[in-house]
Amino acid sequence: MADTAIQIQRPGGRPRFRPATAAGRWSLRGVALLYLALFILLPVAAILQRGFGTGLDNLTGALSSFGAWNAIKLTLIMAVLTAVINGGFGTLLAYVLVRFRFPGRSLLSTVVDLPFAIPTLVAGVMLVALYGPSSVVGGWLGRHGIQIAFAPPGILLALLFVTLPLVVRSVQPVLLELDPAEEEAARVLGASQWTTFRKVVFPALRPAITAGSLQALARALGEFGAVVIVSGNIPNKTLTAPVLISQLINPTSYGASGGPDQAAAVSALLFGLAFVIVLVTEKISSRGSGWLKT
Amino acid sequence: MSTTHTHERPPQLSGAPAPPPRRRGARRQKLVPGILLAVALAYVLVLLLGPLAGIIYNAFKSGVSVVGQTFTQPDVLHAFYLTFVIMLVTVVVNTVFGVIVALTLARDRFPGKRLVSALVDLPLAVSPVIVGLMAVLLFGRGGWFEPFFAARGIQIIFALPSMILVTIFISIPFVIREVVPVLQELGQEEEQAAWTLGASRTQTFFRVTLPNIRWGLLYGIALSAARAIGEVGAVLIVSGAIQGQTETATLLILRSFDQFQDQQGYIVALTLAAFSILLLIGIETFKRKRTREAR
Repeated sequence: MADTAIQIQRPGGRPRFRPATAAGRWSLRGVALLYLALFILLPVAAILQRGFGTGLDNLTGALSSFGAWNAIKLTLIMAVLTAVINGGFGTLLAYVLVRFRFPGRSLLSTVVDLPFAIPTLVAGVMLVALYGPSSVVGGWLGRHGIQIAFAPPGILLALLFVTLPLVVRSVQPVLLELDPAEEEAARVLGASQWTTFRKVVFPALRPAITAGSLQALARALGEFGAVVIVSGNIPNKTLTAPVLISQLINPTSYGASGGPDQAAAVSALLFGLAFVIVLVTEKISSRGSGWLKT
Repeated sequence: MSTTHTHERPPQLSGAPAPPPRRRGARRQKLVPGILLAVALAYVLVLLLGPLAGIIYNAFKSGVSVVGQTFTQPDVLHAFYLTFVIMLVTVVVNTVFGVIVALTLARDRFPGKRLVSALVDLPLAVSPVIVGLMAVLLFGRGGWFEPFFAARGIQIIFALPSMILVTIFISIPFVIREVVPVLQELGQEEEQAAWTLGASRTQTFFRVTLPNIRWGLLYGIALSAARAIGEVGAVLIVSGAIQGQTETATLLILRSFDQFQDQQGYIVALTLAAFSILLLIGIETFKRKRTREAR
């Protein structure tokens, strides 16, 4: 059968061309939705059924035992710090990359994307290589009473490393669209550079900064690879929730007690947080630039 | 995209920002951007470049011969081979289905589309460890599909299939997120012209749509490949990390540090980092071309 185009007159709109076969459109849509259902919805259903299905008793019971609550608290604190710090530095880097002209600018732009390409585990290894107790920098800091690797600052550095491009890449396109004439006008009218940023630039960037920071927050809550080597995984001190989950599922490899049920309970909680963050981010970004809008 | 009105600027305003009428001197004018730049560069140095230098130093600390020895070990070679196979399958599956999903999201209208697009972003937010657990709950002992595959003698958990499945899940969003905006910018005029001139749907896709989205697509593919190579949390949980069998390059690094073979860990990690940097150069090239394409 030959595919020909017919013209559909839509009320109040431009005439739209559509391929004649509705079957073709439905098969494409069907494949797309089936793929997403099989690969995303099904696994999600499994975790929700196991995590919440056995009752909330299991959830609270799991959280009160084996330092799970400490692990979740540490993960939350580190993730929020990561989102706030990278919200600030990410915006600064985007501003520098867009507004300033200096030698090595495109190199800096490439370096900012480094965490997108480098395996997260390798990022952790890199941080231990520089800030570990046996390295030059880490040894010097250790003699001055600052411990980074195998302590919370190491976890924070690892999370900052892997989430840095998220904020920069969220803010940069908005800043590029922003007309520098507005800033110049504010400056000409006597506003200081700080006032100009606060009153003119920042309000325009706020949705992008929030969306980028939320992405960083979600990523930091679930990060495993970058953290597992840097943190040292000391229970109740530097053990994060994702590492705890992995220890609960594979008890032989690490030695924490527990099992898949406890792991599913902690996972269901983390997953719920991640899902809320995705929905909020989607709402913010659709109000702004509007990609994937219906 | 383009602004509709043009700004008529007084000639003295073009170039450097005008000096404000207050008492601040020209030195302060140059000082503030300088400080901002220095702070930004210092942050990148402490967070990204310093650690990169650290790993290079550590990998070569005990000489080049150790590097050679590492790459003759069968376990190391097998780990790299496994990582490559997983990356290849993941990239192919996610490219084919990613383009189909992107076409659906960019061109089609149906109820619940916003929810579907949120669903696509979900793997970016879910912890890889949780993804691993999901696979265990589906295919592991007592899992939903365990009886089906066990009866047919197909091993999913602690074997390659589950490692590929979790990696696919984790890298689903990249192709879709890069291709959808390009498709939206592109519009449908060219495709409609092709249809009107009698081209079939397949012809239209391969001759018109695909060439138009190629840089965005390649950018998404490069990001998926990077993510597939680097995946560790999900793969650790489903694979069991059996040395020489289900141990990928990242899992080998993890074991090296667990067993205090730091040297081997640093060398394998640096190799992966070097490969990632090559991929990054590709990513940057594709991104620049895609940005031009989207305009």
